[in-house]
Amino acid sequence: MYGFEIERPTSVADAVAALGADEAQALGGGQTLIPTLKQRLAMPSKLVALSGIAELRYVRREGDVLKIGGGTTHGTVAREAAGNFPGLAALAAKIGDPAVRNRGTIGGSLANNDPSACYPAAALACGATIVTNSREIAADDYFQGMFTTALEEGEIVTEVRFPIPEKAAYTKFEQPASRFALVGVFVAKYADGVRVAVTGASNDGVFRWSAAEEALSGSFSADAVAGLAAPDGSDMISDLHGSGAYRAHLVGVMTKRAVVAAG
Amino acid sequence: MPKDNGIGASTKRREDVRFLTGTGNYTDDINLYGQAYVHFLRSDVAHGRINGIDTAAAEAMPGVLRIFTGADFEALGGLPCGWQVTDRFGQPMKEPKHPVLAHGKVRHVGDPICAVVAETLDQARDAAEAIVLDIEELPAVVDMRKALEEGATLVHDDLTDNLCYDWGFVEENKEAVDEAIRNAAHVTTLELINNRLVPNPMEPRVAVGDFNAASGDSTLYTTSQNPHVIRLLMGAFVLGIPEHKLRVVAPDVGGGFGSKIYHYAEEALCTFAAKALRRPVKWTSTRSEAFMSDAHARDHVTKIELALDADHKFTAVRTSTLANMGAYLSTFAPSIPTWLHGTLMAGNYTTPLVYCNVRAVFTNTVPVDAYRGAGRPEATYQLERVIDKAARELGVDPIEIRRKNFVTEFPYQTPVAVEYDSGDFHRLMDKLEARADFAGFAARREESKKKGLLRGLGINCFIEACGIAPSNLVGQLGARAGLYESATVRVNATGGLVVMTGSHSHGQGHETVFPQVIAEMTGLDANMIEISHGDTANTPMGMGTYGSRSIAVGGSAMVRATEKIINKMKKIAAHLMEAAESDIELRDGTFSVAGTDKSVAWGDVTLAAYVPHNYPLEDIEPGLEETAFYDPANFTYPAGAYACEVEVDPETGRVTIARFTTADDFGNVMNPMIVDGQVHGGLAQGIGQALLENASYDENGQLLSASYMDYAMPRADDVPFFSVDHSNGTPCTHNPLGVKGCGEAGAIGSTPTVVNAVVDALQSGGYKVDHVDMPVTPSRVWAAMQG
Ligand SMILES: Cc1cc2nc3c(=O)[nH]c(=O)nc-3n(C[C@H](O)[C@H](O)[C@H](O)COP(=O)(O)OP(=O)(O)OC[C@H]3O[C@@H](n4cnc5c(N)ncnc54)[C@H](O)[C@@H]3O)c2cc1C
Repeated sequence: MYGFEIERPTSVADAVAALGADEAQALGGGQTLIPTLKQRLAMPSKLVALSGIAELRYVRREGDVLKIGGGTTHGTVAREAAGNFPGLAALAAKIGDPAVRNRGTIGGSLANNDPSACYPAAALACGATIVTNSREIAADDYFQGMFTTALEEGEIVTEVRFPIPEKAAYTKFEQPASRFALVGVFVAKYADGVRVAVTGASNDGVFRWSAAEEALSGSFSADAVAGLAAPDGSDMISDLHGSGAYRAHLVGVMTKRAVVAAG
Repeated sequence: MPKDNGIGASTKRREDVRFLTGTGNYTDDINLYGQAYVHFLRSDVAHGRINGIDTAAAEAMPGVLRIFTGADFEALGGLPCGWQVTDRFGQPMKEPKHPVLAHGKVRHVGDPICAVVAETLDQARDAAEAIVLDIEELPAVVDMRKALEEGATLVHDDLTDNLCYDWGFVEENKEAVDEAIRNAAHVTTLELINNRLVPNPMEPRVAVGDFNAASGDSTLYTTSQNPHVIRLLMGAFVLGIPEHKLRVVAPDVGGGFGSKIYHYAEEALCTFAAKALRRPVKWTSTRSEAFMSDAHARDHVTKIELALDADHKFTAVRTSTLANMGAYLSTFAPSIPTWLHGTLMAGNYTTPLVYCNVRAVFTNTVPVDAYRGAGRPEATYQLERVIDKAARELGVDPIEIRRKNFVTEFPYQTPVAVEYDSGDFHRLMDKLEARADFAGFAARREESKKKGLLRGLGINCFIEACGIAPSNLVGQLGARAGLYESATVRVNATGGLVVMTGSHSHGQGHETVFPQVIAEMTGLDANMIEISHGDTANTPMGMGTYGSRSIAVGGSAMVRATEKIINKMKKIAAHLMEAAESDIELRDGTFSVAGTDKSVAWGDVTLAAYVPHNYPLEDIEPGLEETAFYDPANFTYPAGAYACEVEVDPETGRVTIARFTTADDFGNVMNPMIVDGQVHGGLAQGIGQALLENASYDENGQLLSASYMDYAMPRADDVPFFSVDHSNGTPCTHNPLGVKGCGEAGAIGSTPTVVNAVVDALQSGGYKVDHVDMPVTPSRVWAAMQG
């Protein structure tokens, strides 16, 4: 770790102001950022901790939308979204271990956009809106490839709005070492159709699998996706945990299982 | 009947109180007045020529005390190798120099180049970043087969090739084995890889060097399984410090699994730097450094052939193995694929002819050395896999084919040098068959099928040579050390007893078990008995803990020293009671005269020894302190039979262990609860190797699995509830406690059990798969299923 200053603002406005400083960086739960700092892979001059900002921590339903504050931990989502959006709560409950879940935040996860992270699949499959201190961004515009998002420098994810689906489930096939998603699929069924988002599999990061969406919008059943070829053109990750062909295969299997789990 | 604290009692581990309440004293807990910190600048390329190291800017940075480079160690020794293997042609192995800091070349990612000592660790790290290295990258030698090709890049320029040795065993049997294989009714061949592992003890390595300018003495605090060995190796071979001027302390150690046997560069550096700077110097490994500087494990590429006659009796075994040494020879590296491996190739069977060829290879990777089981898991894995394959090829029951070939009479002289003193392999298999409920397997397979899963059953038998080792024998085999163990037993004036042992617990529970043995021998309450270990200043020269040797060798030394104490106390008691020494009995801590009601308490005798007013001074010395060195007459031979059931998800290739049952023969068992724990841990590590763990290098010599993000350690939910049994063992015939050792069995016996089960599952599903290399990851299983 290199030396840095730390500020602990208690409002979003103060945080945004603090992030105006040169080389300042937001600190959410630190579950990604702190290991990066320890390895001296990043050198921010100032960390702006978001954990003291009460207005960023909530899970609440408004009509058919579940709103989650950007500083809400995975553990809180796992508990508090369980009634309104069990598919999302179940996803949060399987991120990392209890220590990770009690610190890591939804805003940090979406800002980081790790290609193997779980939340991006939920946000994209639900067509969520990512709300920041300055604007609202549709999930379809937000994810721009691995570790890349539409966020500007110093922009803070303040809220994520999930339209609550009729049915939904996330199935994650764990990479054996990290237990991040080797392939994770979030399936969300809405009155106007089904959306399917895949994480872990592609060099382009989280993506929507349109062939599966079409098939499932016609008939929301495992049979509808059985034998469906894994997505074309999405450049599959190939590494020591699995070849691209294996991942492509798993996309199909996990989608089918997500449909079954969604009921 | 086991008392609550004698032999056979499941006494709770007394050391756990401090471990679980955060009051242990690990090396990193040691902070000395005026301590400075060292950070190692390590190579980030696998192979390169060092054309220049410019430390000028770094030396000028705040807090920097000194930057050491390879040049500082030129006049000193390199890190020594403790075992010399002689090759098939009678020539000694090649033994290239292993410098403390890289000199001339860097040979693996993680090879230390500079050691920056500064007032704080951050200052040392900052300065390391300011060092300018001029390293010309060379092609990396990674693949062992390519390393041996004509014209391959040399890891060591002063050698003619990358071959360390070409070893054959039993060389005189080579022709006979070839002939037996030619004439066999059936030959089963299997090519396999024993995957490279990173040991990953929970506590990373730490070293603190200290120098006392007044006395001229050096002290090294280090995370070691064998402080005396480190003292000898570092003092005599590297730094030139005689033992009486060097103290090595290994306090509480948080796991080792072999990786903390060896003498490492960082230990020598800290000791050397402390003397040079007149300041204590501390190094604490990060987990990332551990991945690239702790000795790795296994890494064999093997072809094994098993010859059978028409009656399915094994007639010969022939193996050919490439064993990775890494870039340098770690302390005991050459012995692992040879004497700890070839000598186990007979297994539990009467195979009369064995020939084992091992070529050890230098590559641009982290050095490889012993790790839980060390050579014996590699032997067991290939042998039990090939037997399983043979049974499938011949369509015979895997248990029957094993039973048919079991050694049944003991002692049994194997064709591979070792002589098994005791065992009962049929009884182990009987026990396994009953306990693993083979009868219910078909029904369980049906249940799995309903869930869409393929269920497989794997079985395995194994034997290991433990209780390492008879010194004269290992000396003939090339060891440059004796492998006895020592104990000093001191009884104080008021009756308390301290054992100073050369064994060193790094989690095993010596502080609980050793007192149980003494309690049994003396009748003392265990809380009157204390174990002292880990400090060369107050323990006799001992060889430490590995190779399942603590109770078998260290415990034997302790028994012998305690016997000497008891004999002396009987003399004193005889004097006090004016009786004949031969009539004195010790029972429940009281000395009495046989057939009378005369007795004298333990404490009266100990007090008399230290306040010798009424004492036979003309016959015996005052005081009660005795030392024994015990050198075992033979190895011990724990054996076992294991069964594993797996479920394979045919859609994803994921393997889940559903049941795991063991039947072990450890001889006599001192503390069944601790033995259970040792088996559990060994099984978890073996399952880790079988399903999860893999140190994977790319062709440039970069370690791909260099953190827990990519190196999969087994976790609690990767293993089932184990069903273990080690009752009614056959006692070892040549040590006083009849013990065989239990530390490595789980790791040795489990890998083939798991892989046999996976193959069984896949074949039951109609997949023509006869082998999947470890780790049997979902992607590999899936790929195998695709054909
Ligand atoms: C052992 C372990 C296991 C894990 N397993 C999983 C898993 O299975 N699945 C999974 O999805 N994730 C997993 N994670 C990652 C975890 O979910 C992290 O918490 C998450 O990726 C980052 O969230 P954070 O709040 O900790 O962000 P930090 O680490 O604090 O920050 C990460 C990045 O986001 C930025 N940032 C943080 N908060 C905000 C905000 N509100 N607005 C804008 N930018 C922000 C930071 O500046 C930084 O660049 C794991 C992590 C660990 C350590």
